[in-house]
Amino acid sequence: MNILWAAETPLTAREVGRRIEDRELAPTTVMTVLDRLVRKGFLNRTRDGRAWRYQPAASRDAYVAELMLEALDLTGDRHAALTHFARSVSGAEAEVLRKALMELEKR
Amino acid sequence: MIAAAVLAALAMGCVLAAKRLTAAKWTHRAPHIGILLWQAIGVAWGLATIGALLAFALEPYGKGVFYGMAAMVTAPEYGGVESPHDVARLTALVLGLALLAVLIAVPIVAAVQTLRARRRHRDLLALIAREDPSVPGVRVVDFPAAAAYCVPGLKSQVVISDGTLSLLSPGELDAVLAHEAAHVRERHDLVLLPFGALRRALPWSGLVRDAQASVELLVEMAADDRARQRCCPKRLASALLRFGTAAVPVPQGALGASAAESVMARVERLLRPQSALPPAQRFLLLAASVALAASAPALWFLPG
Repeated sequence: MNILWAAETPLTAREVGRRIEDRELAPTTVMTVLDRLVRKGFLNRTRDGRAWRYQPAASRDAYVAELMLEALDLTGDRHAALTHFARSVSGAEAEVLRKALMELEKR
Repeated sequence: MIAAAVLAALAMGCVLAAKRLTAAKWTHRAPHIGILLWQAIGVAWGLATIGALLAFALEPYGKGVFYGMAAMVTAPEYGGVESPHDVARLTALVLGLALLAVLIAVPIVAAVQTLRARRRHRDLLALIAREDPSVPGVRVVDFPAAAAYCVPGLKSQVVISDGTLSLLSPGELDAVLAHEAAHVRERHDLVLLPFGALRRALPWSGLVRDAQASVELLVEMAADDRARQRCCPKRLASALLRFGTAAVPVPQGALGASAAESVMARVERLLRPQSALPPAQRFLLLAASVALAASAPALWFLPG
């Protein structure tokens, strides 16, 4: 996936395989992984002659944002029901906590 | 009529008890028992409310809710007598069955949605997260804001952002990871699921919202207690405060107003631990929870 994100243009499975540092990987393994990613909607593919060309469906940053929105509980609906350590607060409420933190560090 | 009246009284009692419990502070001294009591109240309220409606509707059979339902299915004619279902009883029957269906269907739908969202979350983590040698076994996401959470499941994953790594000292990080490990071990997500589902079924109810918030706070306190056994409570408290003040660009109104309050409540009890409830009281509360949870289904068999 990182290879496809780094590439500017859609790649074929053969090209992906060539860029993977671990040369031991069989071409069919690469195909299988790419296929699975397509099925999960993370990659789009287009016909190019006899081969498929693969392209990320969204940028890496978009996925990071999606994960973290859910992680920080900002999506409104809490479908994934993650258990968080703590939530952060803003404004005057944060001031209360900041004061408590300073007192704690003084001890 | 007795069964319907008793069940209705029980349902009302549960509502009153829930109101008291949202304001109670003793639960902070025994979060596990508090959670158990909340679960008992939830079960008893649901079964008692449904039971009261059905007991009223099925009263002509004189067999109680459970056998009355069986009788209605097998012999709807009251043994040859013309059906005396008046409008009130029919309404109660429809309401009771509808509530039963909602209380069964909503948690199932919620569970399915949750599993699906978690699978996507886990797929994304597999693509994006990395391992960090300083925190083995924890997934790290490159994101500047502080975040630490676990994705529950059969193979739970603890996730932190690299913002967290730079925000916290190693001691604080250990405390946070011990806290998350407690969530994983005790499957706190399963505790929260039915309350989240109830919230979605009755979104207009302030009491349900408060109840859910109380249970969430108790779950966090229970995890804090576990973490405290493994590391310095002061580290956990300062980690909590650092998290709370880590400025995240948060859209207004996205967070509950009580977020700061609950963080402070947790910090307070870490720094100034109150004595745990005495064993006699714990036992009494435990027995009360079990009795409450068992009472509603037992009343379904009360004839008349």
